[in-house]
Amino acid sequence: MGGYAIFVWPAYALAALVMIALAVDSFRQLRAQRRALQRLEAAAPPRRRRDAAAGNGDQEP
Amino acid sequence: MHRFANPGRFLRFADRVLPWCAALTVLLLVPGLYLSLFVAPPDYQQGESVRIMYVHVPSAWMALFVYTNIAVASAVALIWRHPLADLAAKASAPLGAGFTFLALATGSLWGKPMWGAWWVWDARLTSVLILFFLYLGHMALMNAFDDPARGRRAAAVLALVGFVNVPIIKFSVDWWSTLHQPASVLRLSGPSIHPDMLWPLLLMATGFTLFYVTLLLVRMKSELIAARVRALTMLSAEQAGPTSQSLT
Repeated sequence: MGGYAIFVWPAYALAALVMIALAVDSFRQLRAQRRALQRLEAAAPPRRRRDAAAGNGDQEP
Repeated sequence: MHRFANPGRFLRFADRVLPWCAALTVLLLVPGLYLSLFVAPPDYQQGESVRIMYVHVPSAWMALFVYTNIAVASAVALIWRHPLADLAAKASAPLGAGFTFLALATGSLWGKPMWGAWWVWDARLTSVLILFFLYLGHMALMNAFDDPARGRRAAAVLALVGFVNVPIIKFSVDWWSTLHQPASVLRLSGPSIHPDMLWPLLLMATGFTLFYVTLLLVRMKSELIAARVRALTMLSAEQAGPTSQSLT
């Protein structure tokens, strides 16, 4: 790299690091939320349907 | 816009679009990286250090683009109370902060060999540093209140007030005498950069943009599911009766 390798490669490595970290964090959050929702829906599915019909502000699918 | 105020409809749209965005991201970044590192020519003055441009400039463009998105989303949230606009702003902030950090850090790595300095307090660098603090402030405000709606509103106001920084950043290299070079791409008289450098740059910039869109969709899905989780949690607490309520 004409002597500039010590600047160029860390720049690309840093970009990869930050972007991969953002991706991992985003997908991890999504997975955690999905799991939490599954647990809640498994715990009380019939109740959810009844109260959703009652229109208590729950989000409709 | 109001079509997608319905969370369910937005989730279905996101699920359809997400795989394409992710695939396109890879399809753009892989050849972009190859061109940037191995095909694009060295600069006649800067030599191989110019390759830093292919991550530095897309990061900087994304820093400004994402903040603009946050400002627009904040305006939409405040004016029309569009339920997804707040979530788009909240989801975007960490992504924009990451790009701003990258712009600063890769810029430093470029500045040291070219200018002899890791940092100078010139108008471009200083205003981008302020942009970074605005992102952090936005994220802090969003989470600072017990009532999430207050946090969203405070963050939205900050985003709008801080938007003046975006044109300042863009025109800083024209308005002040800066060490940072003037614009070579987004100029009224057209790009002054050679096509052999412009095409890899545009490829990387589009790849970065699709990367942002992909993660934005993922994070908005998380926020929508989190809202449903909160609603269901409150519901089950109500069902259990007043003596068992322990929600903050």
